[in-house]
Amino acid sequence: MKPTPRFRNLAGGFIDRSEPIAFRFDGRTYVGYRGDTLASALLAHGVRIFARSLKYHRPRGVLSAGAEEPNALVTVGRGAHAEPNLRATQVRIASGLVARSQNRWPSLAFDLGAVAGLFKPLLAAGFQYKTFMWPQGGWRFYEWFLRRAAGLGRSSALPDPDRYDRTHRFCDVLVVGGGPSGLAATAAAARAGAQVILVEEQPTLGGALRGERRFSEGRPLVEWVDEVARELDADPRVTVLRNATAFGYYDRNLMAVSERLDDAPPTDSGEGAPPPRQRLHHIRAREIVLATGAQERPIVFPGNDRPGVMLASAARVYANQYAVRIAERAVVFANNDSAYSAAVDVARAGVEVVAVVDSRPDGPIPAWREMLEELGIELVPGCIVTGVRGRRRVRGALVRKLSGEPQRGRARFIACDAILMSGGWSPAVQLVAQSQGRLWWEESLGALVPREAGQPQHWAGAITGEMELPEVWASGVSAGEAAARAALETTSGTEENNGDAPAATSHAAALELPPLDPGLGNPETLGPPALYRQLWSAPEQPGAGAFVDFQNDVTAADIELAVRESHASVEHFKRYTTLGMGTDQGRTANVNALPLLARELGVRTPEVGHTRWRPPVAPVTLGLLAAERAGPHLAPTRESPMQAWHLTALAACKRGDVLRPVGLWHRPFSYPRPGESALEAANREARHVRNAAGLVDVSTLGKIELRGEGAGAFLERIYVNHSHPLAVGRVRYGLMLRDDGHVFDDGVVARLDDDRYYLTTTTHGVDEVMRHLEFHAETVWPELGVAVIDVTDQWAGMALSGPRSRDILLAALDPDDDARERAEALGFMHWMEANIAQVPARILRVTFSGELGYEVHVPADWGLRVWEWLLARGGEFGIEPYGTEAMGILRIEKGRIAGAEIDGRTTPIDLGFEAMLPRAADGGGGEPPRRPIGHWGLSRPMMRESGRKQLVGLRGERPIPAGAQLLDIERAARYGDGQKIAITSLGHVTSAAWSPNLEADIALALVRDGRGRMGETLVATSPVTGEETRVTVCEPVFLDRENARARA
Amino acid sequence: MLLIPCPWCGERSHIEFTYGGDATKVRPPDDAPDEAWHEHVYLRPNPHGPHREWWHHHAGCRRWIRVLRDTTNHAVLGAEPANPDDSTNGTGGADE
Repeated sequence: MKPTPRFRNLAGGFIDRSEPIAFRFDGRTYVGYRGDTLASALLAHGVRIFARSLKYHRPRGVLSAGAEEPNALVTVGRGAHAEPNLRATQVRIASGLVARSQNRWPSLAFDLGAVAGLFKPLLAAGFQYKTFMWPQGGWRFYEWFLRRAAGLGRSSALPDPDRYDRTHRFCDVLVVGGGPSGLAATAAAARAGAQVILVEEQPTLGGALRGERRFSEGRPLVEWVDEVARELDADPRVTVLRNATAFGYYDRNLMAVSERLDDAPPTDSGEGAPPPRQRLHHIRAREIVLATGAQERPIVFPGNDRPGVMLASAARVYANQYAVRIAERAVVFANNDSAYSAAVDVARAGVEVVAVVDSRPDGPIPAWREMLEELGIELVPGCIVTGVRGRRRVRGALVRKLSGEPQRGRARFIACDAILMSGGWSPAVQLVAQSQGRLWWEESLGALVPREAGQPQHWAGAITGEMELPEVWASGVSAGEAAARAALETTSGTEENNGDAPAATSHAAALELPPLDPGLGNPETLGPPALYRQLWSAPEQPGAGAFVDFQNDVTAADIELAVRESHASVEHFKRYTTLGMGTDQGRTANVNALPLLARELGVRTPEVGHTRWRPPVAPVTLGLLAAERAGPHLAPTRESPMQAWHLTALAACKRGDVLRPVGLWHRPFSYPRPGESALEAANREARHVRNAAGLVDVSTLGKIELRGEGAGAFLERIYVNHSHPLAVGRVRYGLMLRDDGHVFDDGVVARLDDDRYYLTTTTHGVDEVMRHLEFHAETVWPELGVAVIDVTDQWAGMALSGPRSRDILLAALDPDDDARERAEALGFMHWMEANIAQVPARILRVTFSGELGYEVHVPADWGLRVWEWLLARGGEFGIEPYGTEAMGILRIEKGRIAGAEIDGRTTPIDLGFEAMLPRAADGGGGEPPRRPIGHWGLSRPMMRESGRKQLVGLRGERPIPAGAQLLDIERAARYGDGQKIAITSLGHVTSAAWSPNLEADIALALVRDGRGRMGETLVATSPVTGEETRVTVCEPVFLDRENARARA
Repeated sequence: MLLIPCPWCGERSHIEFTYGGDATKVRPPDDAPDEAWHEHVYLRPNPHGPHREWWHHHAGCRRWIRVLRDTTNHAVLGAEPANPDDSTNGTGGADE
């Protein structure tokens, strides 16, 4: 058994001494107990420096005992598990925990970066905008060095191996904060019949009560808290989330809560997936009770950043909850009475409290005076601490009388190794502000209090500025009751609140606050806080900063400087000084900054206003926000009905890597044979389609059914090229435009019946097309009575292509009726229905490759069967499957447009579809002509002006880089010779391929006035790949311009 | 995180919806002058206060609805079907 650490008392506190826990900090092993935080366990060993500061690399001690900690940031875990910037005051120690201090090199005790402290004048507020701006371009150099020297912990660059979880919850009443008022509110709301969720940041309930020494009839009040906790846990209406932080308050009472599930270090061993480390709760509550309490404020005085200067309430928590003495000798520096209970408790824990320096001339209420006398603590009223002796830790306090005038003569020196400060209490109003509520500067508290709720919300306890326990507790009861009443009113009449619900628990313990014993710890009264402006009027040590924001190194002098440089608005001021912009979100800094800023601006504090609080209240790890949506679960994966076949085929050729993501789909690029590269295979496939036949899976195409009496008229408006009705049994290409005349999607339409149409869209376009169709069907032309449904997943599609495809189709059709005769007679752009392998199929004679071809659409469940059937029946005709690359090569050879050409900036005129457009005379008769969507946009003169990019083909001397820019060859040459001339792009390559059928490098491109450039030679250059080639402009159709193959 | 009372489905989180723009815009007749079309296609006011807008319940009933939303505070003040006289109108959003 190791000896008890030097600063740990043998008895007292809420730690389990029977369970020592070994952990490591900066390479050394320490022992703490179950219940300890990293901060309390290290303080017990006498560790005082936890980190170095951001800018000046000041040594950093622990300031607080809770979530507001700005200083003691550590990195916990190793390797991929390493999590930086955790607050040592929030990290529970666990066996094997490994933590490192941050922002120091080479070590905490001797930090080279601290020389930056010598350059402090250069690093004042706004330094990033001024100091390092010279010479021009120098910033890059300075930045490298500054980023190295500054910054917080480093996050691991490895993928996060931890798992995170996510839930959505709903409740009548959400209570944030498990202190006395939160407990009372929870119990009261539950008793009233509400479903309640209570969120508490600490592992135990009780809030501030756990750090205080209060008694009821001789019994510690904490025992009552535990009883209340048991009651709440037992109530089926109540869910208590411990270790959970409400970090974001969003619209309509949605609260985001991060719950830490396991503070033990993760292990990589073991089978299966590890349990989640954290859970994100989205809680939608009818009513929310904010019982977030209050935060003790630091006092802004020179040297207030030395390790050993701590919030008085924090020292009290270390004494009472962890049985840790934070120092040998302490001076308390306060402007209110709450610090006296801290002084007393810390003294009782064994710290020699030398004096209480109280800025109020009259000091505390008499009861406290008497108690100090009893304990032999000197009271120094009407005085302030004006300086701190000691560089790396506190060695003494300099004390002077508080006066408006500069003081002459020597200050009184009091030797000590800790200064416990209390500048009053600030309600924790972040969530109120986030919820669009209004805050009010309450002069008597020197802090912001909630004034007006922005959402269905109630306040309980110290957040209102109320600090006395009986009142705090009572406000919890009434807030809980009011919240339950309001929540149940809105649900009245629904089934949730009668009969089956479990009987309400009485919550006897929670709903009666035990009588408090007089004496030590009770009573506490807050006196009026002293004026902050007077607390640093006489800096004792030149150069010693009086810090306002401990984490971001912002001093009182920085605030003066910012105002001197005209940053008058509180928001500008914040960005210039970075005050409140650290990971602690300025919890201890913001409220102190406001009166300082007001003083500099010469206005009253309320006139300064306050900066806007935004989520998160406390840092949230990004992995939690992603939760399960990482890796393969980032987005859903869509699979073709024939996916299993593709996987088997690719596995057989041992080429799983040719499965390529296309949107959410994974499609085979090609089907390589042994020894073949993926591209060689694609070239073989593309050649084979033109010479024999191929089969490609096109199930990913969007498929839509449209029905209604007016469906035909509807499509005539949706497609720009449908100026006359489509006959049943016919198929037509369709081009969709936006109102502004630009192409939006394309596909084919088959008329199934008088009032039924079957549409295909591009693979990527189906969602937008659906939206577009539904919008126009429902809101623009509802009188047409059109219904639209996305049937993409209901139909498998495969395209049979090549000169032998008719033979294959005939061989594949079931012989039971006249299907074969009909198929033989099926004309180009017609469709028919027939059975293949006993599966009813829609057979559309359309082609993307330009060859004789058929698209076969069958119900998705039968897709694999028909696919295999076609391949089997087509065997004697040489059918082979082909992938997306061959499909792409074939369509480029035919000049067909796809995603790269439909980029939202091209019109049908640009793409060469002029002949398809309705002519002015269309519609005829007495009726004014019906105009399709996009007609107006296209009719504008600018759409036909010269200078627009037009679709052309390119033939290259060498491979044409996709995405290449096209340049004038002469100018490019002069530029290449070093002439300083402007060189502008004439266009760009949209799709490029080596054509195995033409044995040439070809491409499609959008070129300024391209149709007038036939035969011109340009330079295609890719700044990305560095490739460059000469290209000749040509017609965009490279093969079979008469379309004889398709019509064969 | 808004809640939108879909007239067909009841109150749902806004992640089920897609914003569809200004619902006060009326498509001009085909032969309307250029100015009318220009205004319809390109010009949108940015009102301060209640604004009637289209929302598409894409992850629900897939209907387009008109939502009255206050642009100053995100308060959703009401929602109605695209066609108030639609005989198939649901009552999901109404109290029963």
